[in-house]
Amino acid sequence: MKKVPCLEVNGVTKRFGGLLANDNINFTVEEGEIVSIIGPNGAGKSTLFNCVTGFYHPNSGKISFMGEEITVYRADKICKMGVARTFQIVQVISDMTVLENVMTGALLRFSKIRPSLEKAEEVLAFTGLKEKKELSVTELTIADKKRLEVSMALATQPRLLMLDEAMAGLTRVELREMMDLIRKIREKGITLVVVEHVMEAVMEISDRVIVLNSGRKIMEGSPQEVVVNKEVIQAYLGEKYNVVSP
Amino acid sequence: MRNLTLKQIFTGIIVLILVILFPLVFSKPFPQHVMILIFMFGMMGVAWNIMGGYAGMFSFGQVAFFGIGAYTSSFLLITYHVNPWLGLIAGGVIAALVGAAIGYPCSNLRGHYFAIASIAFAEIVRTHFNNWKLIGAAEGMTLPMLEESFENFMFHSSKLPYYYIILAFLIIALIVCRFVATSKMGYYFRAIKESHDVAKVLGIHVVWYRLIAIMISAFLTAMTGTFYAQYVLYLDPESVMILPISVQIVLISMLGGAGSVMGPVIGAAILIPVSEITRVMLGHKGTGIDMIIYGALITLISVYQPKGVWGLFLQIGKRMK
Amino acid sequence: MTDQLVQQVVNGLLIGFIYSLIAIGLTLIWGVMNIVNFAHGDFLMLGMFTSFWLYTLYGLDPLFSIPICTALLFILGLLIYRFIVSKVMKGPMLAQLVVTFGVSIFLANLAVFLWTPDFRLIDKPLLHGTWDIGSIKLSVPKFVATIGSFIISLFVFLFLKKTKTGKAILATEMDREAALLMGINTEWINSLSFAIGSALVGIAGAFLSTYYYIHPQVGGTFGLIAFCVVALGGFGSIEGAFIAGIIVGLAQTLGGFFIDPAYKFAIVFLIYLITVWIRPQGLLGW
Repeated sequence: MKKVPCLEVNGVTKRFGGLLANDNINFTVEEGEIVSIIGPNGAGKSTLFNCVTGFYHPNSGKISFMGEEITVYRADKICKMGVARTFQIVQVISDMTVLENVMTGALLRFSKIRPSLEKAEEVLAFTGLKEKKELSVTELTIADKKRLEVSMALATQPRLLMLDEAMAGLTRVELREMMDLIRKIREKGITLVVVEHVMEAVMEISDRVIVLNSGRKIMEGSPQEVVVNKEVIQAYLGEKYNVVSP
Repeated sequence: MRNLTLKQIFTGIIVLILVILFPLVFSKPFPQHVMILIFMFGMMGVAWNIMGGYAGMFSFGQVAFFGIGAYTSSFLLITYHVNPWLGLIAGGVIAALVGAAIGYPCSNLRGHYFAIASIAFAEIVRTHFNNWKLIGAAEGMTLPMLEESFENFMFHSSKLPYYYIILAFLIIALIVCRFVATSKMGYYFRAIKESHDVAKVLGIHVVWYRLIAIMISAFLTAMTGTFYAQYVLYLDPESVMILPISVQIVLISMLGGAGSVMGPVIGAAILIPVSEITRVMLGHKGTGIDMIIYGALITLISVYQPKGVWGLFLQIGKRMK
Repeated sequence: MTDQLVQQVVNGLLIGFIYSLIAIGLTLIWGVMNIVNFAHGDFLMLGMFTSFWLYTLYGLDPLFSIPICTALLFILGLLIYRFIVSKVMKGPMLAQLVVTFGVSIFLANLAVFLWTPDFRLIDKPLLHGTWDIGSIKLSVPKFVATIGSFIISLFVFLFLKKTKTGKAILATEMDREAALLMGINTEWINSLSFAIGSALVGIAGAFLSTYYYIHPQVGGTFGLIAFCVVALGGFGSIEGAFIAGIIVGLAQTLGGFFIDPAYKFAIVFLIYLITVWIRPQGLLGW
């Protein structure tokens, strides 16, 4: 019997006035995969993200999570169903401590304070922020803030975690740590969809890569296939670069 | 936001005892009246804090709820002889419903836009009350002089019962606020205050929780309104539902420390005596000096100590570590 | 009946242009630095009093005191921005909201202290009287004030669109960070915008003083109405504020006429609510 895919995106189209941000996007993500979405700026990656997570509603098309159609669901409902996400510009709660931030996420599943506290501590240990749990958010580095944001998302016990440019602005060492964290998350059985610009990370962690350009999906395949694809290279570098196949 | 420390409980009991003894020691009506005002504004500040300091909805229109509470119970008393205690509940419920009704379309408003919407709302309500013959319009409403009793919520020979009733109300409001602050609701309110996006990705139904904050705030504010009506026995929109009172409620919360349970009470304890004393000493000639000082004070606090007295305590506490 | 209606339309237009001028000052401040100046109405009041005292003490007609009002309120705006507002810009939202309330209370009561709460009137401005056009009564001072407001609004519009400084202000309004990258000193633009916004409302005060009662609390309602106008026009949009001012003026008088004069301001507040509910960006905002 065929397993229900984790995420199915069918013919999703999103317009903003005259701008066609997403044009008939189709793809599927199976449970346990790490799928990266890449593409030049303005390709429609964030729009797609927002459509899947309920921040926008597509003009047409269908989005399903674990077999249930979520196309018009509210963002918080989609989160309750098991889809968590982070933002391109890190969003955490600034007048709370690290621990309180993660607790707020944990409260979704554990309505009482005590169990949420325990769950939050567990998550912080997992993501490596345990020592910093009493710090105020304002005292964190960018890398730690990103890690906090991931912790908050994990505290909601998602089945699918969507990361929006989690690697941006990180040093080499921080990049390594983030990639290790992503692998650890997959090992826990959580599916990951990642929007990324840092190609090194994409190559290393992805099972599959989806490429968007000007609102359309132009290619899908393994990282190795995608990186030598003519159309993909042209999308990033522009027409005037002559592409010679290896 | 953890369990109260022994020190805090001890301090609380001392303060409570002092406050209970106060009117027995200072038996003149004026000090008692000032304390009653402190408790009233403290309560409205705590109520404001729930939707403002915690959930980030800075309302400059709380007098609308105050007025709805006061007028509902008084109208029911005068016209249908409904007991004021029942009228209190009715006023609270109606205020909460009105708050939800206006809050719903304002669900996406934040910061300045929400603040102005709250002013617009309160002004519309005030204008309407000013012209509504059923409740006396601009001439106002006078409550009947009933026999003095707890049941009638009316006392003529002494302010003491009023004192203890409003103190009890304030304690109820503080308990509600503390419950909210230390529960799931409190965390969710603070997330909403930070950003609707963050709240949504944590699975929080933003609209719903915003409405809850408004309703709790409205109910408590309306309770204060009913108390006022029973205390003063006269209501009119121009005394009771004007913008400066709403602003004062915001100010005492900010002065004491918005976002902390006791903050508004501290703020009221400072600001009310200051404004009463300056008014008596400097304001009776109509020169406005008391208000000049008031305005300057507000400006200075906004610039130099926006986290209020409570914020100051926390800063000192941190430095002492 | 139609005569009364036309009269109300005329009245609405007359007050509408004044609202436009007041709102243009406010939307400039709001658009550039995203702060609501709750003391805006009190600046209007100061403009009115400046004009009044120049008339009473020196016999200077309000129209001629405009340059002085402009200069005075410009400087006041500059000072208040530099020493008060700029300091809360980085602070919590609550402080930003409350600080201009503090300034408002301070100014209004300073006026009470200096000049008593009495209502004053300039009884014989240079251009006075009433024109009778058919059965319509057109107050000359009101008409002059209206035309004057329109002309000033036009000047502001041209200044913003055609001069280098004006364009810098508009650029900062649209995208602060981009403006910074273009080498525009956004802090200086803030001060300038606050000062210009204050000067404009000071001029409106001078115009109003030719026929409106002058007293310390007069700023309150005008300030609140200005918010509604700015919201309707679109925060930051000068053209929007201009058009919205006229619409609000008409809504006020016609609403008062058809429903009840006592509700005329309530109608304006309702306009604000409906605008932010169904079209938050206003008519012409972005």
